[in-house]
Amino acid sequence: MSEIIKRSKAMSVSPLKASSPTGAALAFLGILNAIPMLHGSQGCTAFAKVYFVRHFREPIPLQTTAMDQASSVMGADDNVIEGLATLCAKQKPAMIGLPTTGLSETQGTDITRLVKEFYRKHPEFAHVAVIPVTTPDFTGCLETGYALAVKAMFEALVPEDRSRVGKRPKQLNVIPHASLTPGDTEALKEVIEAFGLRPVVVPDVGDSLDGHLMPEDFTPLTLGGTPVAEFATLGEAAATLVIGRSLDAAADVLAERTGVPDYRFDHLMGLDANDRLIGLLAEISGRPVPERIERQRAQYQDALVDCHFMLGMARIAIAADPDLLLGMTQFLQSLGAEIVAAIAPVRAPSLDDVPADKVYIGDLEDLEIAGREGACQLVIGNSHAVSSAERLGVPIQRIGFPQYDLVGGYTRTWIGYRGSRQALFDLANLLLEHHEKHHLIAPYRSVLRPAEAFAELGPAAAAPAAGGLPIH
Amino acid sequence: MKQSEVAVLLDEPACTHNKKAKSGCSKPTPGASAGGCAFDGAQIALLPISDVAHIVHGPIACAGSSWDNRGTRSTGPTLYRIGMTTDLTEQDVIMGRSEKRLFHSIKQAVEAHNPKAVFVYNTCVPALVGDDIDAVCKAATERWGVPVVPVDSAGFYGTKNLGNRIAGEAMVKYVAGTAEPLPPPQAAIDDAARRGIQIHNVNLVGEYNIAGEFWLVAPLLDELGIRVLCTLSGDGRFHEVQSMHRAEVNMMVCSKAMLNVARKLEDRFGIPWFEGSFYGITDTSQALRDFARLIGDPSLTERTEALIAREEAKIFEALKPWRARLEGKRVLLNTGGVKSWSIVSALQDLGLVVVATATKKSTEEDKARIRELMGPEAKMVEDGSPRALLAMVKELRADILIAGGRNLYTALKARLPFLDINQEREFGYAGYTGMLELVKQLAVTLESPVWTQARSPAPWAAQRPAPVELPLDIDDIPMPLDDEFDMEDVHAHHHAA
Repeated sequence: MSEIIKRSKAMSVSPLKASSPTGAALAFLGILNAIPMLHGSQGCTAFAKVYFVRHFREPIPLQTTAMDQASSVMGADDNVIEGLATLCAKQKPAMIGLPTTGLSETQGTDITRLVKEFYRKHPEFAHVAVIPVTTPDFTGCLETGYALAVKAMFEALVPEDRSRVGKRPKQLNVIPHASLTPGDTEALKEVIEAFGLRPVVVPDVGDSLDGHLMPEDFTPLTLGGTPVAEFATLGEAAATLVIGRSLDAAADVLAERTGVPDYRFDHLMGLDANDRLIGLLAEISGRPVPERIERQRAQYQDALVDCHFMLGMARIAIAADPDLLLGMTQFLQSLGAEIVAAIAPVRAPSLDDVPADKVYIGDLEDLEIAGREGACQLVIGNSHAVSSAERLGVPIQRIGFPQYDLVGGYTRTWIGYRGSRQALFDLANLLLEHHEKHHLIAPYRSVLRPAEAFAELGPAAAAPAAGGLPIH
Repeated sequence: MKQSEVAVLLDEPACTHNKKAKSGCSKPTPGASAGGCAFDGAQIALLPISDVAHIVHGPIACAGSSWDNRGTRSTGPTLYRIGMTTDLTEQDVIMGRSEKRLFHSIKQAVEAHNPKAVFVYNTCVPALVGDDIDAVCKAATERWGVPVVPVDSAGFYGTKNLGNRIAGEAMVKYVAGTAEPLPPPQAAIDDAARRGIQIHNVNLVGEYNIAGEFWLVAPLLDELGIRVLCTLSGDGRFHEVQSMHRAEVNMMVCSKAMLNVARKLEDRFGIPWFEGSFYGITDTSQALRDFARLIGDPSLTERTEALIAREEAKIFEALKPWRARLEGKRVLLNTGGVKSWSIVSALQDLGLVVVATATKKSTEEDKARIRELMGPEAKMVEDGSPRALLAMVKELRADILIAGGRNLYTALKARLPFLDINQEREFGYAGYTGMLELVKQLAVTLESPVWTQARSPAPWAAQRPAPVELPLDIDDIPMPLDDEFDMEDVHAHHHAA
């Protein structure tokens, strides 16, 4: 178990943390025809929106209750009711996620009561699922807010009925943590489908934010994701896969309400986790493991041995939200790499098992300091960590949120045998290239050798033209 | 090159392999040969001379897949990294235009790159159609005033080892002795005068500065006032090859491949030589002592001993923690032929146990030396086929296979830790400090957690029958056990004495 070092400085420098309402919004963005509306000032929404637009390179439906000076002082209840009514009337969403913010929580909003009041005042919108969730900015991080929103959706939408387990014997519920990418959920669905099972991913950011063109030219709502109606089917599934410890509370709610057995994974990177997953899918489906998956496993093993020369004892500095941090560090450990700096934005159960001597609750400045002390050879973190890596003079592998300085980062696949294999290659290549450029034996110029030996060749001498016929 | 000329090159009186039928220069067997050709050997031996334009005269096959020798590094010019070939076409061959194309190619190289010299490597097709590259080179030299050296190294002349000799022969015949050395920098002369020491000149033959590893040794020679007049050929320069006849001593580095160079320099210029190596503590110290011994300067001998004492103490201290981690690990050395003894002694310096070594091409003297180093029980692997090798690993409970890069993936497929010691490797192991990199790389592979994962069967596939192990077949195609170039032909042989 690692030692958790709490934040000890006054100021956060080069922050790693994104706020919990942002995370809650992300969870709602994984529901079909949904729109999150942050209860706060316009800025709360605008910043979150830009954050996701830059990361996903997609239009992001996100609204605001637009608290102004008067409502911030005198009460913003009307803003919520009015905002919900406007959204329902104009956009006809299937779901509105309603995360609170630092502003509304400090003011002291009772968001659950407000939603009840909205339904009472507007019975015509009773069919719209409005999901309030308490996510003050000053508690938790993106991952926390996401998990809270998932839990809120289960509490609001999953019927309490433990009698229907397995009515849909082929259905497998999947609850992915916040840092799984659209590419990850897509890969996970494919592997589940390979066993003849029907995955229902909640929320399915992979379906809404995977970046695809659609027939319509514009929609004010999410253009993919889990249909709201699926919440009612979750209790009929054969089993639930939960990926990420941040989702424990949400998974408890789902299991409690439905009685569907769940299988919890910290992550799906590397051999052990995927062996367990594939074994489980074979068991649930009663089908043999498809040959191509066995081949992928063997390919992963081959990549492991090919890459161990570069990744063995490689000193890595990494900063990420807790679930992602745990997954990546355990994966790196299985490659023989050494975690010299591990940073998370908040305390979470995942941090206990991060294979590093110390895990800092901190920021990218802490990453840089710990990385320098540990003589790291590679930084793993979000796009903000690029400049940290530059200052450390080492390469970076981008993970997590936000990734705004490259395309496709948001959707790359890290999980499964295949995703893990690609991760191996990419990490090994970064180290190789860096080694080539920076860590070769420094040229030594003998003091006894005449300077002429070190001179570059001068400009070409003007030679007389060659005689004879041209050759072509 | 005539058959008789090839025969002369094959007969190398200074080589301990000379009398044996299994010499590295023996005829290849169709269907059961592994390794490169004479062109390959010649090119690899000379390519590190960095201010020369190396033109491969032939169709694309020869240069196309072999140019850009990344393993060797230079402190100065990087011209050697640029691949140049006449890339002969069908029309060139049919119409007899290949000589003309070569002539124009030389012009192009001279004009574009201003090289100190041009080396022209002859290959099979022009050799077969009868191009007179000697004449072309002579004409080109006269025309452009840049030395153009023919290296007549058609692949069918013989093995890679022969190619090394052809390369050495070309250097001795056309280059060595054609210029006088430049004086050392004034600062070095003043410094030597101040310290009251004399600067001595030596050559290194068969040192390739792989991954820049010679730079780990060079500072020690500087300190002793030993000037490397010429390295054939790592980080070498044309002018240095020209002036190599002025050295007081030649060191044959880890190799018999260019023994002809040392012997001919001895015959022509009376330069004594010794075989040595910079791999491992014991051998690095021995090489320094051999320089001092042959130079015969009492002050140098004294300073050499002091330097050895200081460096050995330093490195043994630095290796202590690693020794504890690696001690007792069992190594199967599969580098073919007379293994670079330095690697054996380097590994023993680290407390590793060398359980077997390949002796496919070893002479009786080599085997005696194996017994001397590894004890009378020394296991010698004659059959280098992958299956025999893997059986040997199992039988001897080896923890790691150390070999050239071509065996790398055989080892990895068998889920075996592996250390690459070939010429493309990324890490330099020479000298005292190189040992630190060697231990690190050994630990990286030996202590890696990937092996358990790679060996773990899929948990759901428990009932599957184990794969049947095929019986050993001595006629099995040998794997390129010898690592023709790097170990056998260039770095391998060591310490005949």
